[in-house]
Amino acid sequence: MPAFPKKLLWVLLALAFLVPLLHPLFPDVVSDYRLFLVSTMIIAAIAVLGLNLLTGFNGQISLGHGAFYAVGAYTAAVLMDHLNMPYWATLPCAAVVCFIVGYLFGLPALRLEGHYLALATFALALAVPQILKYRWLEGLTGGVQGIVLSKPEVPFGLPLSEDQWLYYYCLIVMVVLYWAAANMLDSRSGRAMMAIRDQYMAADTMGIDTALYKTVTFGISAAYTGIAGALSASAIAFVAPDSFNIFLSIKFLIGLVVGGVGSLAGSVVGGIFYVLVDNSAQALSMFVKNDLGLQFDLSAYTVFGILLIVLMYLMPMGIVGGVYLAVRRLRALRG
Amino acid sequence: MEQFLQQIASGLANGAIYACVALALVMIYVSTDHINFAQGEMAMFSTYISWQLMTWGVSFWFAFVLAVVFSFVLGVVIERAILRPLHNAPVLSIVVVFIGLLAICNSVAGAIWSYLIKEFPSPFPKSSFGIAGVIGPHQLGVVIVTLVVLGLLFAFFRYTPLGLAMRAAAQNPQMARLVGVRVDWMLALGWGLAAAVGAVAGIMVAHIVYLDPNMMGGILLYAFASALVGGIGNPGGAVVGGFIVGVLENMVAYAGNQIEKATGIYIIGNGEKLTVALIIVITVLTVKPAGLFGRVVVKRV
Repeated sequence: MPAFPKKLLWVLLALAFLVPLLHPLFPDVVSDYRLFLVSTMIIAAIAVLGLNLLTGFNGQISLGHGAFYAVGAYTAAVLMDHLNMPYWATLPCAAVVCFIVGYLFGLPALRLEGHYLALATFALALAVPQILKYRWLEGLTGGVQGIVLSKPEVPFGLPLSEDQWLYYYCLIVMVVLYWAAANMLDSRSGRAMMAIRDQYMAADTMGIDTALYKTVTFGISAAYTGIAGALSASAIAFVAPDSFNIFLSIKFLIGLVVGGVGSLAGSVVGGIFYVLVDNSAQALSMFVKNDLGLQFDLSAYTVFGILLIVLMYLMPMGIVGGVYLAVRRLRALRG
Repeated sequence: MEQFLQQIASGLANGAIYACVALALVMIYVSTDHINFAQGEMAMFSTYISWQLMTWGVSFWFAFVLAVVFSFVLGVVIERAILRPLHNAPVLSIVVVFIGLLAICNSVAGAIWSYLIKEFPSPFPKSSFGIAGVIGPHQLGVVIVTLVVLGLLFAFFRYTPLGLAMRAAAQNPQMARLVGVRVDWMLALGWGLAAAVGAVAGIMVAHIVYLDPNMMGGILLYAFASALVGGIGNPGGAVVGGFIVGVLENMVAYAGNQIEKATGIYIIGNGEKLTVALIIVITVLTVKPAGLFGRVVVKRV
C-alpha cells in the first residue's frame, strides 16, 4: 500500500494543533467535551496502530490486544496511585512493561500460526478481567473496585482547560509514535517484518532471524497498545478490571479492519471510527428508547458485527485501502 | 471425602457441557479448518429462544426441541450465506467474520432481551433425582441429556448413510465429490448439527450460570481447552477432553481451597477458573498441539 500523501498529513496535523485555539470563537463547536472525545479517538488510534504493527505488518493475528491495553492502563494507574509518579512519566514505564509482557507472550506465539494464534489470544482476552482481580494483586490493583485517579493537570501555567491539555498531550504522543512507526516500517527491520508476513519461509531462507523479529514485533506492538492504555488511564482517571473484557479487543479488531490491515493511516481512521460509532450508538439507543418508546437496547456491536462481515466482502483492505483502490481506478480510467 | 466426590461429580456435569461445545467446535474444525469463535454466542442465542418460548407458555422439552431445531437452521443458513463465499479467504478474514458473528449474536440478544440476568428453569424433578450429597438433580440430568445427545450423534455418524457422507466430505472433499456426495451441503449440515449441539449445551447450562448475553464466554474458553486437550481434530477426543477439563477445573479449585485451609496461603480458587483455562490452552498449544488423541499433522512444504 502506498504511503499517505505527505502534504495532506502536514495539513491535517496543523489543523489538529490549531483547532482547540478556536475555542474562544466557537465555544459550542469546539467544546471541552468534543475535545475529550477526540482525545479518546487518538488513544484508540494508538491502540489500533499497535495491533496493526503486529497483525497488519507482521501477519500475526491477535484477538487479545485488550490484555496489553489493560497492562498499560494498570501500570500507569498503579505508578500514579502508589508511587505518586507524574502522569507523563508513566508512559515510558507502561511501554517497557508492555514490551516485556508482549515479548514473553510472543515466545509461545512463535509456535502458533493463524487460527491457533487467534485462539490463544482470544483466550487471553477472555481471561484478562479475572487475572486483574487476582487476590494477590488486589493490594496493587484495587480488585473489583479498580483505582480512581485524577486528571492530568495543565503544566507551566498554560492558559488551557484540562480537556484541552489532555487533547494536546494525546496528540503529541500519537504524532511521536506514528512517526516512530513509519520510520521503523521504512527501515531494514520494517521490511524484514513485512517479508515474514508475506513469505515466512523465504524470509527465513534470506537470513532474517524470524523468531527474533516476530517476538520483538509482538513486544513493540504490545508497547504501543500499552501506551494507549496508559493514556486512557489518565484521560478517564479510572481503571477497573471489567472494562478490559473481550469486547475491548474486538473494538481494536474493528479499528484494524475498518481502517485497513497493514496501513498506518488506516489505523488512525479505524480508531476514530470505532469511538465515533460507539458514541453515536449510545445516542441512537437513547433516542429509540426515549423518543420512540421501544424497549430495545441498541448496541454499537450490532453495527460493528455487520460491518466486520460486510467489509470482509467488499473492502478487505479497509476504508483507506478501498479509497486508494478507487483513486487508482479513477486515474487509470483517465489514462 | 464427600466434598471431594461432590467436586468430581459437579466437574463431570460441567464437563458434559464443555464436551458438547467442544464437540461443536471440532465438528466445524474437522470439516472446514475453521475455529468458530461465535459458537458460544450462537448457543446463547438459542438458549434465549427457548427461554422466550417458555415465557409464552411452551413446556420445557418442547421449547428445547424447537430451539435446537432453530439453531440447526440458523447454523445451516450462516454457513450457506456467510461462510461459503469466503471458503478460500485468508485466515484473518475468516477470524474477523467469526468475531463479527459473535458481536452480532451478543448485541442482538442484548437488544431484544436486555442485559439483565434471568433465571432459567431446570426440567428435572427436584427430590427423587440425583444422589444425595454427591450430585444434584440438575447436574445428573445434564450429564444424562448430554450423554444421550452424544450417543445419538455418534450413532448418526457411524450408522447412517448421511453420517457417512458427512464424514467423507470432511475427510476428503475431492474424493467425496467424485463419488457423488454433495460436499457443500454436507458442510452446511455439519454447521447446523454443530449449532444444534451447542444449543443443547446452552440450554442445559443456563440453569447453572443464569441466562445473560455473556453467559457463554467462560464456557467457550473451557470448550476450547477441552477440544485442544482431546486433540482439535478428534470428535471423541473432544468429548473425553471436556470431561477431563471439567473435572480438572474443579480439582484445581478444590486443591487451592485445601492448600489455603492447610497453610493459609491463597494460591488459586474459584476466581481463577478462566485463568486456569487460559493456561491449559496455551500449554497444550505450545507443548502438545495434537492433544491427547489427535493425529500429528505433517505438512509438506
